Amino acid sequence: MAEINPVLLKELRQRFRTGKTAWLLALYLLVIGAFVLGFMYLSWRGSPGIFQPDRSRSLFIMLSVTQLVLLGFVVPGLTAGVISGERERQTLNVLLTTRLTPRQIVWSKLVSSCAFVVLLVTATLPLYSIVFMYGGIAPGQVLGVFGFYLVTIFLFGCIGVACSSFFKRTGVSTVTAYGLAFALAAGTGFLAVFLHEMNRLQARGGISPETWHPAFLAWVVEFLQDINPVFVLMQILLGENGIPTGVNFGLPGWAVYTLVYLAAGVLLQHWSARLLLPGKRRWRNP
Amino acid sequence: MIRFNGICKNFGATRALDNFSLEIGRGLVYGLIGPNGAGKTTAMSILATLLLPDAGTATVDGLDVVEEAEKVRGIIGYMPDFFGVYDGLRATEYLEFFAAAHHIPAHRRPGLAKTLLELVNLPDKADVYVDSLSRGMKQRLALARCLVHDPKVLILDEPASGLDPRARAEMKEIIRHLKHLGKTVLISSHILPELAEICDAVAIMEKGRLVVAGTVAEITAVSRGARQMRVAVLDRAGELAGFLATRPGVSETLADGQEVRFLFDGNQAEQAALLQAMVSGGWPVVEFAEIRRNLEEAFMAVTAEGVEDHGGN
Repeated sequence: MAEINPVLLKELRQRFRTGKTAWLLALYLLVIGAFVLGFMYLSWRGSPGIFQPDRSRSLFIMLSVTQLVLLGFVVPGLTAGVISGERERQTLNVLLTTRLTPRQIVWSKLVSSCAFVVLLVTATLPLYSIVFMYGGIAPGQVLGVFGFYLVTIFLFGCIGVACSSFFKRTGVSTVTAYGLAFALAAGTGFLAVFLHEMNRLQARGGISPETWHPAFLAWVVEFLQDINPVFVLMQILLGENGIPTGVNFGLPGWAVYTLVYLAAGVLLQHWSARLLLPGKRRWRNP
Repeated sequence: MIRFNGICKNFGATRALDNFSLEIGRGLVYGLIGPNGAGKTTAMSILATLLLPDAGTATVDGLDVVEEAEKVRGIIGYMPDFFGVYDGLRATEYLEFFAAAHHIPAHRRPGLAKTLLELVNLPDKADVYVDSLSRGMKQRLALARCLVHDPKVLILDEPASGLDPRARAEMKEIIRHLKHLGKTVLISSHILPELAEICDAVAIMEKGRLVVAGTVAEITAVSRGARQMRVAVLDRAGELAGFLATRPGVSETLADGQEVRFLFDGNQAEQAALLQAMVSGGWPVVEFAEIRRNLEEAFMAVTAEGVEDHGGN
């Protein structure tokens, strides 16, 4: 039987042994639960005793978006210190003189951090049961949203690990990881809207001479909205594109999102492992 | 067992190792000494496969530390000068984790951890969280950690730094025990008398270069240049000092009571001739011997040039 990676086992043991983990889990559920119950209270206040299914759908959307925002805060925060923290605690050099390869180290660090985030997301399932209780949402949509979360957690986690490998200090690594996650979550969306508006202005002759080819701009807009978590989540929830571009990659938006995020994550992990090789490190021993 | 061959390593404009070469035989406890910034930690890091040399080669048991790094990691145990421990792990779990990281089969790990904790005198701390151990205990646990895969070579960078006298004595005993187990130990320390006690040989480094290497006796002999001698006579010590000052190879004579101290630059035959001259001259010589320097004095002597340079800055 294949043995579990020792770093992964150690990380899981350390993480789940402390009271901090239970507190973080409780806080996460408290925040998300407060949003759900607050939303229900506001919905019912206007019409006591009645809850319409379309409100259940709105509740589901609100819950999913809240969860995405919270993941944007939690995942980079959990992963941005996994390597730099070892460096600061002066345990990394010892780890690197074992038979473990840098690749094994970065992957086990990612998996252990992501395992905790998956636990957080799984712990919110009872809140989703409230949505099911009132109907209006198909189980497939819930599965789709959870699949989407897994892909998002993976890339955000890889960004955190990469920053942690690249920067010496956890503080700098964390700020950079949050910046990159924000750029991905919000920056790509804003850029897509901006370029779409520019394309429309060009089409109306509002910009002269024409700066970029309209077909190219439409392609870029489509790509940007396909890699933007908010747009893709809305696509899964509402079943339609946020910005109509007329471009078809031959795959649904969520599939493009999954492929790009998985590929980017694997490349980042490869880069992180390379950064730990002797001669590639940006930090010196003596 | 260990060979550095013309190793150079730069950190930006700073040259940490400058054509550093050294050979260390199997089963020896070898001390690496030098002032701060001499390049000891860099040399050890290269040996531990943590740094790549800019030039030159280093081998452990014939394995190149760059080309065969993974195999080298299998035969070395490395303890850095500064190291941390993991929170939330017990001593046994800590050792079992590193045993797993060295691919030791799972069924052997609990027994191995127990044996190693006994070796470093921590058997009663097996279930204690490592972050709650004292510094001396952590050092000993780290040494046990170095041994989980039964390495042939131990690289210990300042293993006794920050320890109280009792903990240092315990560490010294453990290193002696490791020598008896046949391990080759490369150890750096600032506490030179202790190194002199446990090391078979030492190398003195300065500014990234090897200044001198050999047994402690050889080092002190090389370092002294002119040896310091002492002659005890029954009387006429002042006259003897005057006589000695006229002899070839003798300098800085000083009469003190019934003895004369002086520096003598000559071989053993010349030393015998000098004694014969004193006896023939009628001085009642009762003792004639060399005042042996210890490792600390030898270290100060061979690195004096460097100290003067630092002082001039």
